[in-house]
Amino acid sequence: MQRLVLIAVPYAWLLALFLVPFAIVFKISLSDIALAIPPYTPTLDDGLATFFAALDFENFTFLASDDLYWKAYLSSLQIASVSTVLTLFVAYPIAYGMARAPQEWRPTLMMLVILPFWTSFLIRVYAWMGILSQEGFLNQFLLWTGIVGQPLTILNTNIAVYIGIVYTYLPFMILPIYAALDRLDGSLIEAAEDLGCSRFQAFWLVTIPLSRNGIIAGSFLVFIPALGEFVIPSLLGGSQTLMIGKVLWEEFFNNRDWPVASAVAVILLLILIVPIVLFQRNQQKQAEQDA
Amino acid sequence: MSRLSWFNVTSLTLGFAFLYLPMVILIIYSFNASQLVTVWAGFSTRWYGELLRNEAFLDAAWVTIKVAIMSSTLATVLGTMAAYVLVRGGRFMGRTLFSGMIYAPLVMPEVITGLSLLLLFIGIGLDRGVLTIVLAHTTFSMCFVSVVVSSRLLTFDRSLEEAALDLGCSAFDAFRLVTLPIIAPAVVSGWLLAFTLSLDDLVIASFTAGPAATTLPIKIFSAVRLGVSPEINALSTIMIAVVTVGVITASLVSKRSMVRKQKEERAAGQT
Repeated sequence: MQRLVLIAVPYAWLLALFLVPFAIVFKISLSDIALAIPPYTPTLDDGLATFFAALDFENFTFLASDDLYWKAYLSSLQIASVSTVLTLFVAYPIAYGMARAPQEWRPTLMMLVILPFWTSFLIRVYAWMGILSQEGFLNQFLLWTGIVGQPLTILNTNIAVYIGIVYTYLPFMILPIYAALDRLDGSLIEAAEDLGCSRFQAFWLVTIPLSRNGIIAGSFLVFIPALGEFVIPSLLGGSQTLMIGKVLWEEFFNNRDWPVASAVAVILLLILIVPIVLFQRNQQKQAEQDA
Repeated sequence: MSRLSWFNVTSLTLGFAFLYLPMVILIIYSFNASQLVTVWAGFSTRWYGELLRNEAFLDAAWVTIKVAIMSSTLATVLGTMAAYVLVRGGRFMGRTLFSGMIYAPLVMPEVITGLSLLLLFIGIGLDRGVLTIVLAHTTFSMCFVSVVVSSRLLTFDRSLEEAALDLGCSAFDAFRLVTLPIIAPAVVSGWLLAFTLSLDDLVIASFTAGPAATTLPIKIFSAVRLGVSPEINALSTIMIAVVTVGVITASLVSKRSMVRKQKEERAAGQT
């Protein structure tokens, strides 16, 4: 009896507030926009037969025919992939340095990586607005040193979006790579060097392959949330920055087209299923290796 | 492998500078006397004063804290139950679906979670306000709690629970008297995680909040869309300070209790 309650309560909660809402999104993505409350037809009040008869894939054909959505999906994929690679290049040397630091420093270094994690995401993105703007801190610094003759336009471009994603998701990349490097047996590298590898060869042939799981886990942890990102493109990006999270938001709040917004969500979900399944597999494989 | 080369030192220095400089700059400029955020015009606490007189921000802050306390507490209860079911529940019908529903929200884009919950609330005719935000936050943060708690449950010695059951405890008493005290640190960090997730959330709150209830992130977002403002810098500084003090205190407390536990274990080993 106790066991039943224990299972039923969280189960029912997730069914009602996670699964049912998705069914509703899927249903509305098959509906038509209407000037009514709620702003779509059909609803269940129309009777079951008319309800099912009125559902169609019109919104999806609309999405396929309109350039805007194609470009938004493609450019989200591009921005997410490029920033994942950039994050990896920034994170790896930091994680590597942490793994080689003296044992007694490591808890402090870990804490320094995790602390930004607890700080408001919105504030961390906002901090870059003041740095990257025309008369912002970075431009003032560059002008003062004489590196550039006139201020650079960085804010409201895709470059600012890349910087924002790398900055906010950096801890997600550092932590799994650090965990992998931390477990790495140092004698393997010594062995490689004794056997005639240069330090660079040892790094490339031993360290990198042995930290592969950390690299893969970190890449997914950056790529998956970056793909649906809304805050970063809308604060740091410009009018030409197309990301699907922003498109969905605007479709819903500005155009009030709920059926199209739902269709955009369904397709985003379908795109995400691939990396999510790959990520789960990688995690499982790693768990099995550990056990 | 603990010998730092100059390369390691440089990458650590640059890396941590990159992580912390933006926030340091933000904090410094919150004490700027000028209205123009990029021109330094001397030290002043003027913006903190204005912030304290800004009723809209204070109201939003109050709503945010209320929502965070309610949703994180609910999420901790539900998440701990879910973790217990996943790790100790054995087989039951629909277990795969259940674990799927626990892990899916962790990777779900916020725009989709927000949209789907809003459509649900409208579908069942629930007025948007504090209640709907609490329901939404509880749903995604209970999954984070359950991941934190289940990783602790997986590593602890089951025989302790079995011993309690053998000695005549009911299942509930065994949980209350044996399991709960052992997993307590994980439950507490789960609560803290849920609390900060709720404080921090903009996207899901924007979908599920109504005109009756605005949270601080929504307020901040609509203000910063128009550009950088010294008042927001001051607000950000306060939030960063609160989080920093909170995290450092929490880690010191847990470190001290760990040291104490080790001492006790050593003392117990000697007798």
